[in-house]
Amino acid sequence: MVGVRKNRLRVVGIFIFVMAFILGQGVIFQGFAAKKPYKIGGIFAITGGASFLGEPEKNTARMIEEMVNARGGIYGHPLKLIIEDTAGDETKAVNAVKKLIYRDHVLAIIGPSRSGTTMAVIPIVEKKGVLLVSCAAAEAIVSPVKKWVFKTPQKDSDAVRRIYEYMNKKGISRIAIITGTTGFGDQGRKKLKELAPDYGITIVADETYSPKDTDMTAQLTRIKATDAQAVVNWSIVPAQSIVPKNMRQLKMNIPLFQSHGFGNIKYVELAGEAAEGIIFPAGRLLAVDTLPDTNPQKDVLSFYKEEYEKRFKESVSTFGGHAWDALWLVVNALEETGPRPEAMRENIEYTKEFVGTGGIFNFSPEDHSGLTKEAFEMLTVKGGKFVVLGED
Amino acid sequence: MGKKNLYALAALTGFIVVLPLVIGNPYYLGIFIFWGIYSLITIGLSLLIGYTGQISLGHAAFFGIGAYTSGILSTRFGLSPWIGMIAAIFLAAGLAFVIGAPALKLKGHYLAMATLAFGEIIYIVFNQWISLTGGPSGFGGIPAFSIGNFSLESDFSYYYFVWGIVLFVFLASINLIHSRVGRALRSIHGSEVAARCMGVNTSGYKLKIFVFSGALGGLAGSLYVHFVTFVSPGTFSVMFSIVLLTMVAVGGMTNIWGAITGTAILTILPEYLRAFQDYDILIYGAVLLGIMIFLPEGLVLGVFNIMRKKIILREVEEEKLKLKKSR
Repeated sequence: MVGVRKNRLRVVGIFIFVMAFILGQGVIFQGFAAKKPYKIGGIFAITGGASFLGEPEKNTARMIEEMVNARGGIYGHPLKLIIEDTAGDETKAVNAVKKLIYRDHVLAIIGPSRSGTTMAVIPIVEKKGVLLVSCAAAEAIVSPVKKWVFKTPQKDSDAVRRIYEYMNKKGISRIAIITGTTGFGDQGRKKLKELAPDYGITIVADETYSPKDTDMTAQLTRIKATDAQAVVNWSIVPAQSIVPKNMRQLKMNIPLFQSHGFGNIKYVELAGEAAEGIIFPAGRLLAVDTLPDTNPQKDVLSFYKEEYEKRFKESVSTFGGHAWDALWLVVNALEETGPRPEAMRENIEYTKEFVGTGGIFNFSPEDHSGLTKEAFEMLTVKGGKFVVLGED
Repeated sequence: MGKKNLYALAALTGFIVVLPLVIGNPYYLGIFIFWGIYSLITIGLSLLIGYTGQISLGHAAFFGIGAYTSGILSTRFGLSPWIGMIAAIFLAAGLAFVIGAPALKLKGHYLAMATLAFGEIIYIVFNQWISLTGGPSGFGGIPAFSIGNFSLESDFSYYYFVWGIVLFVFLASINLIHSRVGRALRSIHGSEVAARCMGVNTSGYKLKIFVFSGALGGLAGSLYVHFVTFVSPGTFSVMFSIVLLTMVAVGGMTNIWGAITGTAILTILPEYLRAFQDYDILIYGAVLLGIMIFLPEGLVLGVFNIMRKKIILREVEEEKLKLKKSR
């Protein structure tokens, strides 16, 4: 009897394996077309702790692929996206980029999602000369400028500048900062400290928390003991939503500022009631409904939001927007220059007035980020929604 | 060290030498380089877990110490990567000694917990000692190894460099297993009390093998960091310690060949499965589950046992036939 059961288990196992194999082959051989497809690589943190970045990025990229192919591809050449998962891991990202370059021979790569994985793959693309448009935030990616590397998210330092400008207007000069110990939080912490003197701001408390922490009362209690007039919470992981909650519990009534890493409506839901009144800089995508019609980005933003939400039945986030900007930059370059990597690179380098979801991009040989602090809008949370704060 | 091991080792060496001549694609070479680097750690773990019967859930920490030591010395202090590598080995070994001396007095779950905690502490240090380690963002621009003017930057040359080291370490480890020391280690695995009664210095051997495996972790870290040329704490989280342990378990704990085999499976399989797109994790899990259910002693011994069973069965059948005929 035991033998029979064992055999059956084995049969089931083999069946699963064979089915998986067939499925996999189906994926490989799908989509033969008349003209040779243009292959673009995408590497995102689709699984793992940073999947909140990679998932919308992957969805967005697939959506653009569909759109381009629906309108007949690029001069008849279908666009073929090859998407790889990094799981937010540097070793996996290195392998994925090498696969895209040496096995799939892609024309360009968009991603990775995280700053760390981007920094890890830069030496590979620079050595081989492959166009990389990163969806990660850290300024180190494009400063100093690397020949083949661009990025679409707004700069951390510009986010800090917007926050400090707002504070100057409101007469806030003594602040406490609390940052997550991830690459994003760490970069923010550096910029917050670096730029504070320029705006006459003193940092009276400097606390950190790990992305897995479930309670920040200890750090906030220390902040409460200082004379800080406001708190800046800089993080990109879900743990950041605990800070406003804990502040409510501790009855801290000073204003809370967050980074552009707060740009996901799920974080508002996580923080619940406590999220009300949080002020943060972000791209205009999040508050597109409250944006005036005269804004030059309004059309692109509403189009992206509508299409994305229709297809994937979930709210847009700024992160998917970064992939939108990155892939359209590459597709536009491909359309204008044909499949020649060096020409495509130059095309992007001289792109001006490109209206994306993250802002209006103006690249140059000295600036591979293309955005200024005007790309940010100060937003706040009202009734569980993101709304434009308005300069008052 | 036995003829069987010698033949197998010769076959492995031949395979390793010929491989890049057949597939020169840097993507595949890169994967094989990671296979080699991780094999160094799992060889050490196999000696520690499979042969000596001690456990470590913190080996990613030694890997990280090696990586950071070598990386920091060669970028911040402008020293040669070779000095970085030697420093990495010695620092990892030294740390293994300091941690191992008290921790190896513990047994079973307590040892597992102590090493787990050690791994977590080192991970936190990487994250928080921002002035030295660059914090969570890590740092890049780490130079590659070079011999004289010849840089080992290309995947092709680095492959041979790494595997040269791995094969040397592997040979040394096989020799160790088949020596007096190796028998002493296995006696500790069998029964520590009995071993001590027989006059084996159990705590000394346990510590030595722990230090050896720590040093191998440091060496692997140095090789890793000069290959990827970028380092951040994420690579050395406790999760990676678990992955290392899985490599050893899948290949087979009680056989050093299992370490290399298991590492090959866990390094190469996920890359192969990329073709399956979103289903890759599903299949990956199924394969690992399948191995653990049907071959609980690991892939190497499991397959070996199945083959032996078949041969014995065939021999029995032949004997029966002979008997029938003679009647």
